[in-house]
Amino acid sequence: MFDLIISKYNYWIYIILMMIGFYAMIGKKNLVKKIIGMNIFQTAIILFFISTASKKGGTLPIIMHGHGAHAVKAASYINPLPHVLMLTAIVVMVSTLGVALAIVIQIYRRYNTLEENEILRLNK
Amino acid sequence: MMLQAPVLIVVIPLMFTFVALIFGLWKKGLCYPIVLIALSLSFLATLQTLNIVITSGIIHYRLGNWNPPWGIEYVVDYLNAFVLPVISFVAIMVAIYSKKSVEKELSDKVVYFYCIFLLQVTGFLGITVTGDMFNLYVFLEIASLAGYALITMGEDGAPFASFNYLIFGTIGACFYLLGVGYLYAATGSLNMADLARLLPDLYGSKVILVGFSFFMVGLAIKMALFPLHVWLPDAYTYAPSSVSALLAPLMTKVGAYVLIRVIYTVFKPYFSIEILPAATILCWIAAAAIIFGAAMALAQTDLKRMLTYILVSEVGYLALGVGLGNRNGLTGAILHILNDAFMMLALFMVVGAIMYRHGGRRISELRYLHKKMPFTMAVFVVAALSVIGIPPTCGFFSKWYLILGAINAHGWIFVAVLLASSLLNAILFFRVIENIYLEPHDGDIVENHDMVAGAEESPLTMLVPILIAGAGILSLGVLSGKIISTIIQFAIPAGF
Amino acid sequence: METIVSIRPLLAVLVTLVAALLIIFTGEKHRNLREFWTILASLLKFSIVISMVPFVLDGKILKYTIIALTPGVSLQFRVDQFGMFFGVLASALWILTSVYSIGYVRGLNEHAQTRYFFNFAICLSATMGIAFAGNLLTLFIFYEILTVATYPLVAHKETEEAIIGGRKYLVYTLTAGIVILFATIFIYSLTGSLDFKAGGFLLGKGSSATLTFLFVILILGFGVKAALMPMHEWLPTAMVAPTPVSALLHAVAVVKAGVFGCLRVILYVFGPVLLHKLDLWLILAYFAAFTVIVSGLYALAQDNLKRRLAFSTINNLAIIVMGASLLSPNSITGGIFHIGSHGFMKITLFFVAGAIYVKTHKENISELDGLGRQMPLTFGAFAIAAMGVAGTPPVCGFISKWYLAIGALEAKQVVFLFVLLISALLDIAYFFPIIFNAFFKSPKEPVNPHFNEAPMRMVVPLMITAIISLILGIFPNAFFNFFNLASMAAGRILGGM
Repeated sequence: MFDLIISKYNYWIYIILMMIGFYAMIGKKNLVKKIIGMNIFQTAIILFFISTASKKGGTLPIIMHGHGAHAVKAASYINPLPHVLMLTAIVVMVSTLGVALAIVIQIYRRYNTLEENEILRLNK
Repeated sequence: MMLQAPVLIVVIPLMFTFVALIFGLWKKGLCYPIVLIALSLSFLATLQTLNIVITSGIIHYRLGNWNPPWGIEYVVDYLNAFVLPVISFVAIMVAIYSKKSVEKELSDKVVYFYCIFLLQVTGFLGITVTGDMFNLYVFLEIASLAGYALITMGEDGAPFASFNYLIFGTIGACFYLLGVGYLYAATGSLNMADLARLLPDLYGSKVILVGFSFFMVGLAIKMALFPLHVWLPDAYTYAPSSVSALLAPLMTKVGAYVLIRVIYTVFKPYFSIEILPAATILCWIAAAAIIFGAAMALAQTDLKRMLTYILVSEVGYLALGVGLGNRNGLTGAILHILNDAFMMLALFMVVGAIMYRHGGRRISELRYLHKKMPFTMAVFVVAALSVIGIPPTCGFFSKWYLILGAINAHGWIFVAVLLASSLLNAILFFRVIENIYLEPHDGDIVENHDMVAGAEESPLTMLVPILIAGAGILSLGVLSGKIISTIIQFAIPAGF
Repeated sequence: METIVSIRPLLAVLVTLVAALLIIFTGEKHRNLREFWTILASLLKFSIVISMVPFVLDGKILKYTIIALTPGVSLQFRVDQFGMFFGVLASALWILTSVYSIGYVRGLNEHAQTRYFFNFAICLSATMGIAFAGNLLTLFIFYEILTVATYPLVAHKETEEAIIGGRKYLVYTLTAGIVILFATIFIYSLTGSLDFKAGGFLLGKGSSATLTFLFVILILGFGVKAALMPMHEWLPTAMVAPTPVSALLHAVAVVKAGVFGCLRVILYVFGPVLLHKLDLWLILAYFAAFTVIVSGLYALAQDNLKRRLAFSTINNLAIIVMGASLLSPNSITGGIFHIGSHGFMKITLFFVAGAIYVKTHKENISELDGLGRQMPLTFGAFAIAAMGVAGTPPVCGFISKWYLAIGALEAKQVVFLFVLLISALLDIAYFFPIIFNAFFKSPKEPVNPHFNEAPMRMVVPLMITAIISLILGIFPNAFFNFFNLASMAAGRILGGM
């Protein structure tokens, strides 16, 4: 059991981070804290994707020595695709963050507060 | 050029976003024609694509000529070939419609509005045309981000509603992304066709099950399936008229399309129906959505808010059709993508027109509107009858197939729910219609002569799309047999 | 059975639809032009319908398929004898109702006249669609159009009472529509087809429990518009509508559509053979007989003339259903013929009620004393029609009741002979006092004893319908072999036995 946790610790961290982020997004009343939670959540996903690609002793997927069939040893390379996917995902996440912050600024201008329950009260 | 049609569908609006921005910053008035040109071209491309699909079968378009599964592939089969023209047609209608309402509601943000509008449509079209799971995620987020931005432009409560939507939407997108990750970890592929081939061997795997669950939850949030719909009513109520007229017909329909794609194409029907009880669960949730949406709509005094709850109920129809897991149910769901797009388009455009002319949209304030805006109200009645499911409007025919599907599946409760929802919708809409058309009084009616009939009819740019949508609702119903026999019957995923 | 492809049934439906559009675009500004459309469309429609009669009398069937709606079912018109019968009736009565309506709404200076005539025209299109529908789905489509188009007419006065009446009407009929829809889809899922066939098409499909269930819900569904008890409640409430609407509801379109639907279900979907096999016919007949008696008793208790007429309608509709469910050749003939004869008689009665209202603003029976002297033509027509409803020769009600009675004997169910007799007695009991008091009782308040009738645009139609009732009673085939259509339909249905 303990072994399972240790050997796959990166996945456990991903789950814990995700839960923290999830909690902050749903449970926190402050809008900026929600955004922070969102970022943690997204980072957890990045960690997950990268973990699926990681390999003990793996190397960069760049052909360095020589050429021909013997140069490509797929087993020793780290899978580049998840990394690439996460580059795209990071772009998406940054845009989301940007939009979120812009909205929060709008909200602050209108209500002069960032607390959810106060906004709800003012909205009535 | 013709062979490039599938990619042009997406590229044209994307490119024109920048064109609109540049020209718009130079001259505000240019945005509107540019948007119309972009969407018309894109619409032509979708029609061309549909034509190719009908004449010569499924299109595989390889972006950058990279072979799948390494490169991104656009796959257009009957299902998305059917959905694409719906999306771009609705987008054109809303674009034409938006002129006046944007000038009034968002006069200082016209340029940005139209740029994001195009991005939004790009997102919808991209989601529909792509054959790659991760690409779909990117387009999903383009559509969602554009949606958040557009909704924020709305009235007082809009930014906060939009923020809630953003939080929910991001959770949904992240769940979807996790689902992609799990599938990739198990199969090493992101291409839908490739996944469909690789997955059946792994159906026992827990990784796949978890991935599937993530997909379902993520998509349920994106398509606002009860009980994950909570973001929708606020967001669509406070959004500017043109935005809700664009998002309400499309976002949920695109979500339904992705749902069908994922659970019946990427996963095989026997996985989603037999190995997992996913389809059955979907049915029950959908039934709850239908009743809950209609019941909540009953409690509303604000017409637009009432419509948003009806939308929640309509999503229930789509999900129910998908969940029934038989030919007729699925035919109903796919047909309802088209029909409901037209119904919601008409209804939300009408509400926008009411707000443009009238200011308010409380149901109790709508009296005499049938005199002031006779054509707009006539379309409202037609759309309302369609939501209720009165023949020969199109809503009746999707209901026909859904009920038929429910009977085939021996889901008597779902039959009862579908029938009962017709009644609930009837109560809902006749309450509004009564308020608009009839004036309770005690004796003789004095004709109100100081009101010139049609004096406050919606402006032409609004009226034309509204009338087209109304005509669509009336004619699509009668044509539904034709639509099904030429397109939809081939759009049903293999395995049924 | 020879089938001819002909566009005429479609034209018959479309002509009023086009008229409806012309009416709404002509609008309030050109009232005469608007009314001209109504009259023109009604005449055109009648001539189109009449032009189909010879074919149908030859035993041919006119068919026109517009578009396939779903595999195996098309939007299709198919004119057989029964549909023809109903079509002739509805289109003939519409001409008179139109003329009468114009007199009525102008006489009372009603509001929203454009809406009124628009909905009227839509109603007639829908009725024609119902008459000529070739399958259950087409019938249902027009049935629902009829429901929706009638709603603004019922709520036309827009008083609190009228709006509530309208709501009640909608609740009843839409619920019924949903029930019918369910049954229709269920039948489709069983058979893959919905086409009407003389003698039924459900024989041998599905278990008898399923079929019984379907029959019950279909009859309940169509029974709402046919006002079978206990689903009749909307009909008296809907009497708040303007009188021509009541006339339309009762004699031409709505309730007749319901009864037509019932008969289609009994005779063309299930069919005599199947109903005998399932032993359902007698149950339905008793069910209808119950309505016959009880509604007659209710009618006695009404003081409002229109409400009394409403219960009389309920009574007669149940007689039609009873006749059809006895499933013998003469009872079916009598039942179908009664759709027509009751149509002419009841429309006369409503026209009379409307004429009285326009002239004197009186709605209650107790106020009508002595009015016969002032309005002799109106009350004369009333007397003829009332006698006909009671089944007195030589008015057409006698013919239908005669055949119904023979049919009851044919089916060896003497009970229903007594039901018919009791109902006739009740008819006399609730109509005779009106006639008697109108002509012979001295009025409570002084009434102008001189001839002073309602506008001629109202009196002439009601005279015509009364005279037609008389002529049909003496020569049932006087118009377009009216009676033969009914008996041919019955023969065709039982030919499949």
